[in-house]
Amino acid sequence: MATMTYREALNLALREEMRRDPRVFILGEEVGLYEGAYKVTQGLLKEFGPERVVDTPICESGFTGVGIGAAMLGLRPVVEMMTFNFSILALDQIVNSAAKMLYMSGGQFPVPIVIRGPGGPAAQLAAQHSQSMEVYFYHVPGLKVVRPSTPADAKGLLKSAIRDDNPVIFIESETLYAVKGEVPEDPDFTIPLGQAVVRREGTDVTVVAYMSMMYRALEVAEELAQEGISVEIVDPRTLRPMDQETILGSVRKTHRAVVIESGAGFAGMGSEIAAEIQEEAFDDLDAPVERVTGENAPMPYARNLELLKTPSKAKIAAGIRKVCA
Amino acid sequence: MITKVLMPKLSEAMETGKVIKWLKREGEAIKGGDVIAEIETDKANVEIEAFGSGVLRKILAGPGAQVPVGELIGVIADPKEDISAVASQPPAAPAASKPGAVPVSDRPTPPPAEAPPALPEQETYRSEPATTSVVPMTGAGAAARPAPAPAAGRVKASPLARKIAGQAGVDLRLVEGTGPGGRVVRRDVEAAMAAPAPAPAAAAGLPTERPPARPAAAAFTIPPRPEAPHEDMALTPMRAAIARAMPLSKGPVPHFYVTAEVAMDRASRLREELNALDGQPRVTVTDMVVKASALALRRHPGVNASFQGQAIRVHHHAHIGIAVALPQGLITPVLRDADVKPLGRIAEETRDLAERSRAGRLRAQEMSGATFSVSNLGMFDVEEFSAIINPPEGAILAVGSVLEKPVVEGGQVAVGRRMKLTISCDHRAMDGAMAARFLQDVKRLLEEPLRLLV
Repeated sequence: MATMTYREALNLALREEMRRDPRVFILGEEVGLYEGAYKVTQGLLKEFGPERVVDTPICESGFTGVGIGAAMLGLRPVVEMMTFNFSILALDQIVNSAAKMLYMSGGQFPVPIVIRGPGGPAAQLAAQHSQSMEVYFYHVPGLKVVRPSTPADAKGLLKSAIRDDNPVIFIESETLYAVKGEVPEDPDFTIPLGQAVVRREGTDVTVVAYMSMMYRALEVAEELAQEGISVEIVDPRTLRPMDQETILGSVRKTHRAVVIESGAGFAGMGSEIAAEIQEEAFDDLDAPVERVTGENAPMPYARNLELLKTPSKAKIAAGIRKVCA
Repeated sequence: MITKVLMPKLSEAMETGKVIKWLKREGEAIKGGDVIAEIETDKANVEIEAFGSGVLRKILAGPGAQVPVGELIGVIADPKEDISAVASQPPAAPAASKPGAVPVSDRPTPPPAEAPPALPEQETYRSEPATTSVVPMTGAGAAARPAPAPAAGRVKASPLARKIAGQAGVDLRLVEGTGPGGRVVRRDVEAAMAAPAPAPAAAAGLPTERPPARPAAAAFTIPPRPEAPHEDMALTPMRAAIARAMPLSKGPVPHFYVTAEVAMDRASRLREELNALDGQPRVTVTDMVVKASALALRRHPGVNASFQGQAIRVHHHAHIGIAVALPQGLITPVLRDADVKPLGRIAEETRDLAERSRAGRLRAQEMSGATFSVSNLGMFDVEEFSAIINPPEGAILAVGSVLEKPVVEGGQVAVGRRMKLTISCDHRAMDGAMAARFLQDVKRLLEEPLRLLV
C-alpha cells in the first residue's frame, strides 16, 4: 500500500497497463507535451514516446473515431476527454460505433476502448462544464460505465477497464483528483467491473451514492448516528453493469433506501436504482425509496446558486430522516 | 425472488413452534397460497401457507424441530436463484420496537399524506371519519391524534409490514399506523404482536382450578399425606397457553356482567323449518346467536370496541370469535364480517371452522382479529354462565341451554323455550346500560327471528 492522490493512482494505472501491454496507447487533447489538462498523463510521453501518447487536434469526434478504429484493428486505446462535457461532440462515435460495432458485425469487431476524463459538478464551471454525463451513456446497451470514488478504485477499475474487451466510459471528477488514499502497488491489483462496495455498515437505511455524493453521505451518516439512525452506504462504483445484488442485499437488511445523485433527478440513476429495488425487494421495504437529486435546472455559475443546485448535506439528511420516519 | 418461510407467531404467548410435517418436498414447485407445512403451536396445529411462489429450495427445520418464532424454517425461490445468503443466515426473531422508538401516544400527529407540503396548514383538508371512530379519553394528546378508521377501504401499510403481519397472523386493519400519513410500518406490526394476547374464550366446560385457598391460620397445617391418590398431568401446550393468557384478561380487565332471558320458541321453530329444507346447511343455535350478535353490534358500535389506553377503538366490522371446545382445551376461530353474511353462510363457515379447529387445520389468520366473541355451552345443559373476555375485544357473550320452562303468557301458565344470555363487558370501554341495550336488541332479533333472514 502507498498513500497517493486519485490523480496519481490513475497515472499509475495507465503506466502499469502500458508497460504490461504494448497495445495500450493514449490519445487526446494535451495529453502529451502538456501532460494532461489535469496532469493525469504526467510523465507518460517521456516514458512511452509520441507513438503511444498522442496529442490530437481539438476535435472529439475525430480522435474518438480514430480510437474506435484502432480498437477494431486490435489496439487498446485510452482516449482522454479533457472534460466529459466535450464527449457530446463524440456521442455519435461512442453510441453508434463503439457501442454497437460488436453486435452489428456479428461478433467480428470487439471495441476494447476506454474513454476517460473528469465529469460531474465541480467548482463554478457553469452550465456547460458541470454535467453528470454518465446519464448519457449508461442508457446505451454495449457500453460499460464506471464512476470510481476513491484512489484505490480509480486504479483498480481503470486497469480492469483497459483489460476489458468492451468500450468502457470511465468518468472521473475534478473535485476528487487531489483526494488521497491508500492504493495497492501490486501491478496485478484490479477491481472487477460491476462490483459495488459497502463503504459504511449500518442497520436502519441503505444510502446508494457515488463520487462526491458518497463522501457527503458519509459525513451525513456520522451526524445522523448522533440521532440514532444507523446508515449503510453502498457505492456502486460501476453504473453499468450495476451490482444489484449488493444493493438489494443491503436493502433487505435495512428495509429502507435513499439514492443520491448530483445530477438532475428526472430519469436519472436514482430512478433506475429505485425501480430495481421496488421490483426485486418490494416485500422488504418499510418505506418508499427516496431520491435525493440535483435540481432540474442547468448548473448556475453563481456560487450560492450552485450550492442550491446540488444535493446539500441538509437535503441528504432530510431524505434519510424521511424514510426513517 | 426469495421468500423466507418463517415460524409464525400465532399468539403472544407463543415463543416456539414445532414443525409437524412438510406437505411439500425440497425441489417441489410452490404457488403463493399453497399449504406447505403443518406447525404445532401452543394453541393448535396450523397450516402454513406460502407467501411467495417458486420452488421450495430448502427446508431448514425438519419434522419434530422446535423453532423459535420468527426463525427461518424454509426458503422458497426461483430454481436458479442463489439462496446461500438467506439459507445460511436465519433472521433474528422479530424483536420489540427499536430502543429509541417513541411511544405511540407521544409521537407528533403525522401530516396527512395527501396534503402537498407547500400548502399552508389551514388550507389542507382532512376527511374525518363520519362515525365515532375515536372517543377521546383524556386531554389534548388523545384528541389530537386521529385514530385510523379500521374499516373503510384499503389499509396503508408498507410492504414489509404486510409481509410480517401476514406471517404472524396480525390483522392490519386493527393495527395503528405511526408512519408518515398513518402508514402501518414494521414497528407497528411488531408492537401489535407484543400487545396483550388474544386469550381463548370463556371457561368453556372446564372446571377451573382454584388456587389453594388456605386461610391464614398457619399454625394449623395438615401434614402431607403421601398416600393421598393424585396424579400430576403435564400441561399440554394449549393448556399452558390458556393458563398464561387468562390472568392477563381477568386480572387487568374490569369485567361486568349483564344477563337476559330470551324466548326461543319462534327461533326454534324457524330453525326446524330451515333445517327441514333440502340442500340447505344445518343451522345451529350458535349460528343464530352469532348472526343476532353481529347485527346488534352494528347498531351498538360501542360494544364492538376495544380499550386502547388513550382511545377506544370502535370496529366497523363484526368479526366474531366462536369458542370451540377441544379435548385438550379450547380455541376461538374467527368468523369475519358476520354482520354482512347470510345465516346460511354463517352456518357453513362456522361448521368448517369448528371442524378444522378439531382437526388442527386452522390457518394462522383464522385465529386472530375477532372484535367480539360468542361462547355457547348450551349443549351441556347449562342454564347460564359468564365468560372471560378475550382482550383486546371488549365483550363476550355466554350462551346457556334452551330449556323448557313454565312461562306466563296472557295470564296462563304455558310451556316455553327459554335461553339465557350473559354478556361480559370491559368496563373501561363500555357501561351497563350500553350492554343492556345491546342485549335487548339481540333478544329482539332472536324473538323475532325472521329479522335474521332479511
